Amino acid sequence: MAGMPLEGIRITDIGTALAIPVATKFLADYGAEVIKVESFSHLDSARVGPYTDNEIGEKYWERGVPYMTANANKLDIALDLNKPRGKEIFKELVRRSDVVTENFPPRVMKNFGLDYPVLKEVKPDLIMISSSGYGQTGPWMNYGAYGWGLEPMSGISQVTGYQEGLPLRSSIPYNDYLGAMNAVVLIMAALEYRRNTGKGMYIDFSQYEVGVFAVGETILDYSMNQRVQTRMGNRHPSMAPHGCYRCSGNDKWVVIAVSSDEEWQALCQAMGNPAWAKDEKFADALSRWKNQDELDRLIEEWTTTQDHYEVMRVLQAAGVPAGAVLNGKEQALDPHLKERDYYWVHKHPVVGTRALAGPWSKLSKTPAIMRMPPPTLGQHNEQVLSELLGMSKEEIAELASEGIISTKPVGEAELPPGYMPVMPIALGMEAGLISEYDENYREILGLPQE
Amino acid sequence: MIGQPLSGVKVLDLTHHIAGPYCTKLLTDLGADVIKIEKPDEGDTARRMGPFPNDEPHPEKSGLFLYLNTHKRGITLNLKSETGKKIFKELARDADILVENFEPRVMPSLGLDYETLEKVNPKLVMTSISSFGQTGPYRDYKAAEIVAYALGGLMYTCGDYDREPVKHGLAMGQTLAGANGAGSTLVALYCQRENGIGQHVDVSVMETVTQLCYVFQVIYFYGGTAFRRRMKVGGKLGALGDVFPCKDGYFVPILIALPWELIVNFFNAADTLGKPEFSSSVGRILYADQVDNALEALTRDRSKHELFHSSQEWRLPWALVQDAKDLVNCPQLQARDFFVEIDHPLAGKLTYPGVPYKISGIPWPQINPAPLLGEHNEEIYCKRLGYTKGDLAKLRDRRVI
Repeated sequence: MAGMPLEGIRITDIGTALAIPVATKFLADYGAEVIKVESFSHLDSARVGPYTDNEIGEKYWERGVPYMTANANKLDIALDLNKPRGKEIFKELVRRSDVVTENFPPRVMKNFGLDYPVLKEVKPDLIMISSSGYGQTGPWMNYGAYGWGLEPMSGISQVTGYQEGLPLRSSIPYNDYLGAMNAVVLIMAALEYRRNTGKGMYIDFSQYEVGVFAVGETILDYSMNQRVQTRMGNRHPSMAPHGCYRCSGNDKWVVIAVSSDEEWQALCQAMGNPAWAKDEKFADALSRWKNQDELDRLIEEWTTTQDHYEVMRVLQAAGVPAGAVLNGKEQALDPHLKERDYYWVHKHPVVGTRALAGPWSKLSKTPAIMRMPPPTLGQHNEQVLSELLGMSKEEIAELASEGIISTKPVGEAELPPGYMPVMPIALGMEAGLISEYDENYREILGLPQE
Repeated sequence: MIGQPLSGVKVLDLTHHIAGPYCTKLLTDLGADVIKIEKPDEGDTARRMGPFPNDEPHPEKSGLFLYLNTHKRGITLNLKSETGKKIFKELARDADILVENFEPRVMPSLGLDYETLEKVNPKLVMTSISSFGQTGPYRDYKAAEIVAYALGGLMYTCGDYDREPVKHGLAMGQTLAGANGAGSTLVALYCQRENGIGQHVDVSVMETVTQLCYVFQVIYFYGGTAFRRRMKVGGKLGALGDVFPCKDGYFVPILIALPWELIVNFFNAADTLGKPEFSSSVGRILYADQVDNALEALTRDRSKHELFHSSQEWRLPWALVQDAKDLVNCPQLQARDFFVEIDHPLAGKLTYPGVPYKISGIPWPQINPAPLLGEHNEEIYCKRLGYTKGDLAKLRDRRVI
């Protein structure tokens, strides 16, 4: 067995929230040494809610679930970059790194005096990626952006949502994730380039543009036909039936997608060959597509009395593409993910034994490994400063007393303004935001009681 | 001379539809030499998917195919014939990377599984992108984008409280799986360069969608809850902000992580948004319908662009809903020369998205259009593998190419 594929690569990561942290976590999972540099005066927004067990606890900043999802396998140093000594330490980290990653608005690294021209002096073959909302140039370069807003901005929401309904902003910040995977590709490509040329590079990455990059066919359609594509719900330009159908139980659904006459016949047979299915309205693909309002209604009459997993199993056995719509609990217990060892169970110093999503992919000879839980704030201050920068215990203690490094946020008692403290579960359920809650979830999941 | 970041990286591309071609698109955009292998006569299934100019289907004019396959060289090869397999192995012998996105049973059934190809080229990185991965009980399930969205868990959290969950438009799961495939492939390539070993990379679209689920994928492990969709009343995720109609489209105020006061001041709406019961986020959930109505009244008569620019002046990182026309005319994208015009011999000159990055000192090269079916047969088979034009004619007659 070979070791970790990215062993020997060191990344100084000053990214926050998701767009860059998700990328560096991917690389950390494959063995890159990622040193996450965090601010302790402006906390990473991913540290702030929703919280583990819906409790703020004594250290709310160690309980944020978004942070957990994006930072396992990283070392963490909490450093004040507003102070000259903090900047010096940052540069010493960069001197020993292959890659620097950041996702601030363009002005921030410049204001710190830590932008690419400065860092290139420190490390001439440095690879640096700046992933900002709108890129480092252009009239909107200083515009603020959340992943949540970039999805509508970049043309994705325009084609997402119910037919004739409002555009839908999905429940997740899509651009952050697509941006993260593209950043992984760019960083790895830059390392290949450095191997061949000895040169580093600076990459100006736009999270807005990466969203437009995902709706290319709508741009071509506009260019070809001056057509503005719009929402079609769960429907497909040529397949029918192609939709999501109600099943028995509370808020249970199944999707079915039929791409050929053969699959249609198999679906009819699985439904027990009802008389309506023989109607010439549904005889061929085009007729089915044209009459799909009625078709969907009739199919739902069949699904509505059945279990969603059961419909999936019966249809898949018959050769029809179908899938149960899984909620978070069902995912956590899904047999397929279980057999593929998808979830990484681990013990976190503050929140105990939990599971996180495993690696994005499986490499047959050098698989990703979970080596470390998501770090606590400044957890590796001493380790990084002593082992990597060769500082003595006294020097490190001095940095702590001068407020250059820390393991607690400034103003630790208060949540940053605008953040939701905690949404009581009863309120979440009443409002319909939460569909299920199991107090004994640890038992259900087979996690130890702690 | 090394031009682009991935210049000199040789990729064999056995992909079709969306996820695989998007993966190799990312590699070719960075300078990798990608040879796309298509089935003789039919070619990639994406050639039969729209949009088409004037909605007239034509295998060389699919907007989806043209976009996903720019700059690749295209050959045809029948992998079911013995000669076809032999030629494929010749190509695999000096490739760095092979990417395929068939159902997991296909490559083994062709006798071209990783174990076989590893003997041909021990350094080969073979990447297989499939709907559910190469193992597990759903491995051979039939799939479509919507099926991966359902089982991947993202779909459940998108849509209205009491309506059916709804997926993203287009194929966002497969697109992300393609990017995941490209990143994973390059990690394996790095390992090949360092240690001289090749390996098999297994990418699942379902698991990629699961990764995309933000906290929803793991929150059950962190407290026993499963999140649903929008709220029962008020429908607009009131506390988070959402899409609000305005005079000429839709505006998107995102209400998290901002002091509510700032929002009230921005809209100059102390009398409506400024009500004390709205001042806490819990209050905004309790009175979500009223918050939604108040906000809608404030956006309804204004224009989306004006709202967007004024909110940015207030340092509110808000957004609007843009469609293809807005994007093509966007001053920011124009200033960054994001779009490119590519002239294709049959589809003509069209506007394409370029790449979402600029690299210092390395301009993005002139991009060639997607290949016609079998366009580079002669170039690859004769120049690269040393077949004669006579051999090529024979292969054509035997329907190998």
